[in-house]
Amino acid sequence: MSDAASPKPSSPPQARAGKSDGRIAQRFRKLAESGELGLVAYITAGDPSLDATEQIVLAAAEAGADVIELGVPFSDPVADGPTIQRASERALRSGTTLAGVIELVRRLRAQTDVPLVLFSYFNPILQMGIEKFAAAAAAAGADGVLATDLTPEEADEYRSVVHARGLDTIFLAAPTSTDERLALISECSSGFLYLISRTGVTGERDALPEDLPALARRVRRFTKLPLAVGFGISQPAHVSVLGGIADAAVVGSALVAEIEKAATADDAAAAVANRIRILKRAAREGISRRSAESK
Amino acid sequence: MSYVAHVVRERGRYGPYGGRYVPETLMAPLEELERVYAEARADRNFQAQLDDLLKNFAGRPTPLQFASRLTEHLGGARIYLKREDLLHTGAHKINNCLGQGLLAVRMGKKRVIAETGAGQHGVATATVAARLGLSCTVYMGTEDMERQRLNVFRMRLLGAEVIGVDAGSRTLKDAINEAMRDWVTNVRTSHYLLGSVLGAHPYPMIVRDFQKIIGEEAREQILRIEKRLPDHLFACVGGGSNSIGLFHAFLSDASVKMVGVEAGGRGKSLGEHAARLSAAEGFTGARPGVLQGTYTYVLQTADGQIATTHSVSAGLDYPAVGPEHAWLADQGRAVYTAVTDQEAIDAARALARTEGIIPALESAHAVAELVRRAPEMKKDEIVILNVSGRGDKDMETLARYV
Repeated sequence: MSDAASPKPSSPPQARAGKSDGRIAQRFRKLAESGELGLVAYITAGDPSLDATEQIVLAAAEAGADVIELGVPFSDPVADGPTIQRASERALRSGTTLAGVIELVRRLRAQTDVPLVLFSYFNPILQMGIEKFAAAAAAAGADGVLATDLTPEEADEYRSVVHARGLDTIFLAAPTSTDERLALISECSSGFLYLISRTGVTGERDALPEDLPALARRVRRFTKLPLAVGFGISQPAHVSVLGGIADAAVVGSALVAEIEKAATADDAAAAVANRIRILKRAAREGISRRSAESK
Repeated sequence: MSYVAHVVRERGRYGPYGGRYVPETLMAPLEELERVYAEARADRNFQAQLDDLLKNFAGRPTPLQFASRLTEHLGGARIYLKREDLLHTGAHKINNCLGQGLLAVRMGKKRVIAETGAGQHGVATATVAARLGLSCTVYMGTEDMERQRLNVFRMRLLGAEVIGVDAGSRTLKDAINEAMRDWVTNVRTSHYLLGSVLGAHPYPMIVRDFQKIIGEEAREQILRIEKRLPDHLFACVGGGSNSIGLFHAFLSDASVKMVGVEAGGRGKSLGEHAARLSAAEGFTGARPGVLQGTYTYVLQTADGQIATTHSVSAGLDYPAVGPEHAWLADQGRAVYTAVTDQEAIDAARALARTEGIIPALESAHAVAELVRRAPEMKKDEIVILNVSGRGDKDMETLARYV
């Protein structure tokens, strides 16, 4: 009766694979050398069309985004707030599929060296088939994969298949994660570790949570991987303080909101690039991790 | 055929189905819930408190009624009705709400969140929250708020906040998405009181355990009345909580056949029905996949987007099914079938006129399948059908069809 590959239950964590010399690792090394906070830009692919996304991503990379997360739209994005929900709906209405997003990666890779991460809910990956997905994503030139609703416990097969193709597996850590879970998440992650700044869904907020520095310090006890902090990061003021505690800031809803407001793809690309330049400037001029640590 | 899922295997797997597919933020609370539930089960006081509420507040045990006129009308098997419709709030949902409500109190959570389709789970949650002194927020698709208006009013009267969800198909699936977003945001202070055998482990196990009292009572009652086990069990399957509740106590009784009845809606193509396990009858679009925390049969497109569904019954109008049902179906331990909107409406009328019971439209689906099959059964065969809820909430819909 079953015609989709069932996800295999997991056994103890395997040794970390992924690419220590991949584009993601290289970019974070460079950032570390200059003591500069990185900027990870999330963009929902296919919103409002894959052609527009191509243009927007190139503009974002040109403006200084260090890593691009391409969001694969899903009908039921439980981890996302209203802004990315609406973007997902627009992307699905324009006919975007996971296969289409991978094809976009291929087109982008011919034009830019910016690290590209596919950011998806698990079901579209599972329906394509994990093996077929990993092979296609790697061949297209993707560097990493993040599956929002896949935690290490359910990810053994996924990890070994994705690593075998030389892609990094990025997992999420959350404020509610116990020390045991942080150890497991660190063990299973490669490329960087994505720390969710607060309990909640994606979306812009005014202030960073007060307990974020302590949370980031706790996570660092378990990993040497670069730490990217996301959820609710949108303003230069956020970015300028994050330099003291993280290696990168993830900005998503704020960029997606610019795309939503823009009348044309040209306008969207210009608005996203402008936002990234402002945030990047704040990152360069703000507290760097090196200066924070030397105090 | 042996069925060995009485003990949930590691991380809540039923064969390949089940599991725990959620954003990381929810992992620690799910682990906490699993731990607290295990402690509660071992705690005699907890069970005594639950038993007292089930008896004196909800009205258990419910009768197992011999449906003499329906039996005569259909001319086949002897039909017994398990009368969950007689429970306080009008459906089996209260069984689970009382259990989880006590768990919320045990965890020190002052607020419960729920999703609701037909409104029965929302009403039961609002009721239990009022009884236990918890605050309560219920998410409900705006399409469902329209067709189950009376239940919206009931929830508000009970002090619950009802929030309309205007996304997707504006039904149960979308209400669950929004409830999960609330939970992920307020996870430290709120318990998500999920209403069916859906979602990430341990929910399918916990809800099943709180609902299995239906079958345990029915088994004891039929043995007392007929001095033997039934031949057939019938129940409707939305998420699958009333059906798993009836089936579970009989899983080791190899002679007892089980029929789960899904919503066949108004057609067999994707989008027109909510039949996840009835592919053999030509209902298209169901494949194993991950939705809202669990791996199970899901109605979806080729590239993994979740499909919209249709059913006249809000409580069955959902694209996935509880993972334990997926496993029971694969094993052939239970069989699943679907009836149309119109058949369910006709069956509701038939039960009303033969037995004086107006069933919920959900339960009417099970009645409709029984109406099909009972005439071909022998007169000494015994059927138990779960009347999971009463139809008061469906008067406006029924009035349009009848």
